[in-house]
Amino acid sequence: MSSLLFYVFLFFFVLVSMFPLIWIFKMSIITKGELFQSPPTILPANPTGAEYTQILSDPAFQKALLNSAIISGVTTVVCLFFGSIAAYAIARLRFRFKSSVMTLILAISFFPAVAIIAPLFVQYSAFGIIDTYWAAIVSDVVFALPLTVWLLVAFFRELPKDLEEAAKVDGATTIQAFRKVIVPLAAPGVFTTAILTFIFAWNEFLFATTFLFTPATQPVTVVIPNFASQYTVDYGAQAAAAVVVTVPLVILVLIFQRRIVSGLTAGAVKG
Amino acid sequence: MTTATTEKKRRGGVLREEFRNPERRTAYYMVLPALLIILIVAFFPILQSINLSLRQATIIQAGPFVGLENYKEMLENPDFLEGLTNTLIFTVASVALEFFIGLGIALAINRAFRGRGLVRAAVLVPWAFPTVISAVMWRLMFQDQVGIINYVANSTGLVSEPILSDRTLLLIGVILVDVWKTTPFMALLLLAGLQTIPGDVYEAARVDGANVWQRFFRITLPLLKPTILVALLFRTLDAYRVFDLFWALSNRELESLSTFVYEGVRISQLQFAQGNAASVFIFVTAFLIAIFFIKVLGMQTSTEE
Repeated sequence: MSSLLFYVFLFFFVLVSMFPLIWIFKMSIITKGELFQSPPTILPANPTGAEYTQILSDPAFQKALLNSAIISGVTTVVCLFFGSIAAYAIARLRFRFKSSVMTLILAISFFPAVAIIAPLFVQYSAFGIIDTYWAAIVSDVVFALPLTVWLLVAFFRELPKDLEEAAKVDGATTIQAFRKVIVPLAAPGVFTTAILTFIFAWNEFLFATTFLFTPATQPVTVVIPNFASQYTVDYGAQAAAAVVVTVPLVILVLIFQRRIVSGLTAGAVKG
Repeated sequence: MTTATTEKKRRGGVLREEFRNPERRTAYYMVLPALLIILIVAFFPILQSINLSLRQATIIQAGPFVGLENYKEMLENPDFLEGLTNTLIFTVASVALEFFIGLGIALAINRAFRGRGLVRAAVLVPWAFPTVISAVMWRLMFQDQVGIINYVANSTGLVSEPILSDRTLLLIGVILVDVWKTTPFMALLLLAGLQTIPGDVYEAARVDGANVWQRFFRITLPLLKPTILVALLFRTLDAYRVFDLFWALSNRELESLSTFVYEGVRISQLQFAQGNAASVFIFVTAFLIAIFFIKVLGMQTSTEE
């Protein structure tokens, strides 16, 4: 009996979590006529892919997807490069100001990003990178770094120490031991970190909407809400666009869920 | 790791000693790039924000020094006050709801059962959504012509007007969407904390005759406290700087502290200086919130093994 109740509870929990995605998907595959019906239909009467054909062949939407991919991709690579170097030193080497360094990096995750958009806007304009990918990438890198460093430190610490020590005995320098021994061994952890950093950058909105203002640079997160503020609001297209942007993330998350959960909770629990 | 030295050395002396050791020197070179990026892109601009907030600044030039004039104007600006009120209501309501519901879920699913994978997936899906896209999705569901929630709420008599045309309903909507998006994640963090509590502690308490409530208040809560504080601080500061949800769900109608700053930078440039004052206000108050958690509530900040 109590286990039946438990499964009823689980069912509702899963339903509430998933409902918006399911419902928006339904909105995206019905005809315009059905969309405006009152009362709304529960199941789609005549499923159609018209909205998807429309938005996916729209050059503006294609450009926005490409912009998102470039900004998130470059952010991920840059973040992993600087992050893994710093994380290795924190996880493995002994130095005096280690906890100050770690505190400073982690302080960024509590830092209200909105507090610096005004001066950054002025600076980026002065350097001529306002409304270029770099304005978004530079800001994203800084705010993704704590996550990247934190996860990588956790992963590096799990690796056995003897291998790099053996490498050092054989005459490898610290940098060589890091590059030839640690990086390949840590590949699964580095990969998980890359996914999470990518999701972070893909989802970023504040910097993108502040520093990018032409369709040539704007990512999907900026473009989709603006579907709604144009005078002809196309709800079906907006629903389809939302599905297109979230489904890759959902698939990524479902494939790597075990790893993501262990990565995300490792830090918080250890305190 | 850093044991307190018995004699106080000058900082320069310590650094020189650190750099003489090759391993330590390498370590400093390895963390330096990340630190520099953070200092230049995040901490330096805060100083500049403070500077601009004390001047009659425009987006093009810093302008003459005017002292606290901008702060005074900001505190008299009804938009700022509305943003502050909304942000405070949003932060307190959403974090409280997320915590209590999240703790309930974590306690309920802290056991072995079939379908764990499905539940974990259900937890991660809302979390992985871009916040601004979830706002767009919910706006579609709140919308008065095609929105299912607006339809249900109006036809059952729960509300008597279109949800998106009323600011109070919008604020409630924003809170509910945040609860939907973040509660599962809160549950996940708390669950991870629960799983570190060894089972024999409960066993021993049961043998000693402690009932369910005693076990919860005397064992679970105290042992879970570090996790709870980290989760609460993290969520509070996250909610306090809310921007995406307000901006996209209300289609720029609902004001928060962050939207006020954004408007000063991008929309109404006459308010640029006030926007900077609001930036500094957000930064300082967020800092005070963090201090409150660490000092008053006794959150542990050690990052060591």
